Amino acid sequence: MNSPTPEIVPIRSESDVVIVRQNVRKWSISVGFSLVDQTKIVTAASELARNTLIHGGGGELKSFLLQEGNRKGLCLIFDDQGPGIPDIEKALQDGYTTKGGMGLGLGGSKRLSNEFEIKTEVGKGTSIKIIRWKA
Amino acid sequence: MNSKLPTIVKEFETQILQEWTKNQLSQMGSTDKISESELKSESQQFLNLFQISLQSGNTSVRQSKEWAPIRDYLSNLSRTRASQGFSPTETATFIFSLKKPLVARLRTEFEKSPAVLLEEVTASNELVDALGLYTTEAYQKGREELIGRQQEEMLELSTPVVKLWDGILALPMIGTLDSSRTQIVMESLLQKIVETESEIAIIDITGVPTVDTLVAQHLLKTVAAARLMGADCIISGIRPQIAQTIVHLAIDLGSIITKSSLADAFAVALDKRGLQVSSQRQKTALRGEVSAQPPLNH
Repeated sequence: MNSPTPEIVPIRSESDVVIVRQNVRKWSISVGFSLVDQTKIVTAASELARNTLIHGGGGELKSFLLQEGNRKGLCLIFDDQGPGIPDIEKALQDGYTTKGGMGLGLGGSKRLSNEFEIKTEVGKGTSIKIIRWKA
Repeated sequence: MNSKLPTIVKEFETQILQEWTKNQLSQMGSTDKISESELKSESQQFLNLFQISLQSGNTSVRQSKEWAPIRDYLSNLSRTRASQGFSPTETATFIFSLKKPLVARLRTEFEKSPAVLLEEVTASNELVDALGLYTTEAYQKGREELIGRQQEEMLELSTPVVKLWDGILALPMIGTLDSSRTQIVMESLLQKIVETESEIAIIDITGVPTVDTLVAQHLLKTVAAARLMGADCIISGIRPQIAQTIVHLAIDLGSIITKSSLADAFAVALDKRGLQVSSQRQKTALRGEVSAQPPLNH
């Protein structure tokens, strides 16, 4: 079950990436994540927020607190109206980069999350959803 | 028109002051940011200066030299209030709450002639509005100065390259690393390596909350640049949660010496320089055993 209203954080500049990290840290504390899990989801959010900024030309983060029975989690959705990802397989490959980064961010954030989903359309934009459940 | 306002303010200064402070106190609700007596003395000072400037007959509050003392006073007041945590509204209320007692006073004086009353009220409101706006502007300026000062302090904070020993530098990094700040920090480290002819630089990331791929890339680039200059880098302060995250991100730090604490890194650095730290107590104990003779008499 999703929380009724998502919190939305705009991602328009480098300083917004910092705000994303601070917010995700705050939310993950409120869910009750351990320090390791906090760090994992904050790092994943940092990668995806920067991708939204650099590759997507800016966008926004929507966050939902999840609760399924006893299970609690945090769901983050990064949306942009950028050029989209032509080859998802390739983008997820470690070391593949188009803008001079390390090429580990997308695959890394997948490994740092419990659930990972990419919806993308060339020319329309990209939406990436990650979920981390409380261990 | 020759306004009566100056004479009225002069004549009824005490009453106006009383009503004004009462107004302010009721509008502020709580008085935890400023005491009642403080407020009274500030209002008194202002009214005093206000009265003097009024007598000049000049009404251009923003430029004329007759109003200069008032402007100075308000600038100071706004700046103090900004640093005391007053909101812009609360700060401007100080001036705007003067309207009511002034108008009330004018009304009792000109009850018989509405036309004059209207003119006097308009004139006095214009004056108070100008002063109020000036206060808000000064408040804003005070905040901007505060932010500017904090930014400068932050930049200074961000580049502390320290020398731990001959040939050993340490760079304790704190806060966010993926901004232009990182560039400055890294440049200052490389510069310091040249200046001090250091062979080992310890980059401590205990104070960095998140290490993502961009931060890692910055670190790797710095280590590579330092290596080209003949210095080895040790990265310390890698906490358990950071270590796990780095593994998941598949970042390869295998070519760099990493340690969990700055102390460990320093020990490695000393070792590399062929230096040793030993306990003074152990040494004297050892010496005592070797020369177990009574001390010589002088």
